[in-house]
Amino acid sequence: MKSLLSAADLDRDEATAILDTAVRMHAIQTREVKKLPPLRGRTIVNLFFEDSTRTRSSFEIAGKWLSADVINVSAKGSSVSKGESLRDTVLTVAAMGVDALVVRHHASGAVQRLASWVDCAVVNAGDGTHEHPTQALLDAYTLRNRLGSLDDRHVVIVGDITHSRVARSNVLLLRTLGARVTLVAPPTLMPSGVSTWPCTTSWDLDETLSGKAFGDVDAVMMLRVQRERMSGGYFPSEREYAIGYGLSPARLDLLPDHAPVLHPGPMNRGLEISSLAADGPRSLVLDQVQAGVAVRMAVLFRLLAGSGEEVSV
Amino acid sequence: MTGSARVPAAAPNSGANPKSGPTSDQRLDASPILTAAVLSASDVARILDRMSHQIIEQIAKVEFNAVLLGIPTRGVPLAHRLAERIRRFADVSLPVGSLDITLYRDDLRIRGVRPLGETSEPDGGVTGRTVILVDDVLCSGRSTRAALDALTELGRPRVVQLAALVDRGHRQLPIRADYVGKNLPTSAAQSVRVSLDEVDGLDAVYVIDSDTSHEDAS
Repeated sequence: MKSLLSAADLDRDEATAILDTAVRMHAIQTREVKKLPPLRGRTIVNLFFEDSTRTRSSFEIAGKWLSADVINVSAKGSSVSKGESLRDTVLTVAAMGVDALVVRHHASGAVQRLASWVDCAVVNAGDGTHEHPTQALLDAYTLRNRLGSLDDRHVVIVGDITHSRVARSNVLLLRTLGARVTLVAPPTLMPSGVSTWPCTTSWDLDETLSGKAFGDVDAVMMLRVQRERMSGGYFPSEREYAIGYGLSPARLDLLPDHAPVLHPGPMNRGLEISSLAADGPRSLVLDQVQAGVAVRMAVLFRLLAGSGEEVSV
Repeated sequence: MTGSARVPAAAPNSGANPKSGPTSDQRLDASPILTAAVLSASDVARILDRMSHQIIEQIAKVEFNAVLLGIPTRGVPLAHRLAERIRRFADVSLPVGSLDITLYRDDLRIRGVRPLGETSEPDGGVTGRTVILVDDVLCSGRSTRAALDALTELGRPRVVQLAALVDRGHRQLPIRADYVGKNLPTSAAQSVRVSLDEVDGLDAVYVIDSDTSHEDAS
């Protein structure tokens, strides 16, 4: 594996290897000295053309805990704001001798395009409404921790599927790891090509959560309503969306006792998720954030630590 | 995971690149099934008995303020076995932990990414105590060096000692073991494989004649 551009790049073995490595990486989070040596002398550039707090900072922490040198470049305040093209910006940064680029871009497909211009490793940290593979990995990691295995587990993903790169990456990765996925959204927020995705879909949240439609639910993942990507008109009002698709206390009660609640953040409380769901014992929201660093350490380690192929022990 | 994996290569590059390595015929020869065991299960048991007594004798001087830290994979069950014997012989129970050294190896970049083992601190930590590192095979000393580096991140032991079931020589660094189960003088072209019940289903030690030793993990 040279780059991580899509959750589809990962076969079951590679995805499992990343999650297993992340388990080991997670252990250092509680140590007094949070530093491991394997990426000493490697340089990672976080190239963010779109705002981000948790993804960028967790990539930065992940790189630094592995002893890499990490530089953050954001579009604001860089040459991009002077009108430099994406290609020129990327080639300029790459020419400085970096080992990996971690890229977020607001255009779908931009990261894949850019990976073809450079020789270094490229990690997709979110491209438009397309993919966000490391988010899918940390969701899978969090779910695996809670549920044991993902085989034959039924995961329901609810909300703004159309604008969500998290949903697409999650569907691909969860399928690879053996889980079943059902997407629930109002028709206006269901992407047009969804029938080709390896999952089932529904417009009725209550029926899905109660298990009547597609069988018992093992986990539910609420997606953020992405106001910044909407030009309006997807649903009549926020109140109506909350009534139809928000995870209310009453809907929580439809879930089996073991089923956790996930949300990739940042949350719109009262819109797609109620505070009772976000802060309750089912909530894995903070576990997800913590897993983010461990999973990104695992990805950077596996991309950058060795130059050859994997050695079995 | 230990020193036996490192064999001084005749040519600078031949040992580092698996692709320039053995033919399939040589791999067959490397199978331990085709090689007679140099130590049997009862040999291993007697050796561990003796090592336990030696450890007891030494750590009695520090009022048994000691911990056993196994190096994965096979050092960990060995550490547990030594602890069990020490409890039986001297009625003291030593905390046992494990110390993964993968991220500290000096050949990580050459040999590539591999699965990580578990690091678990023994109860009460390592700071101020006698830490006995336990490994299956001591050879180049590079694993031990990596373990010493990894150990500094866990704390500051008062004393660090090394116990190895097999010492096969060929040291590349100024490192020696405090407790040695068995000295097995071998040629550089040979490798030593330790098989343990907990990991491999059988206790035995094999010497394997081949130049595939850089691929053998034990």
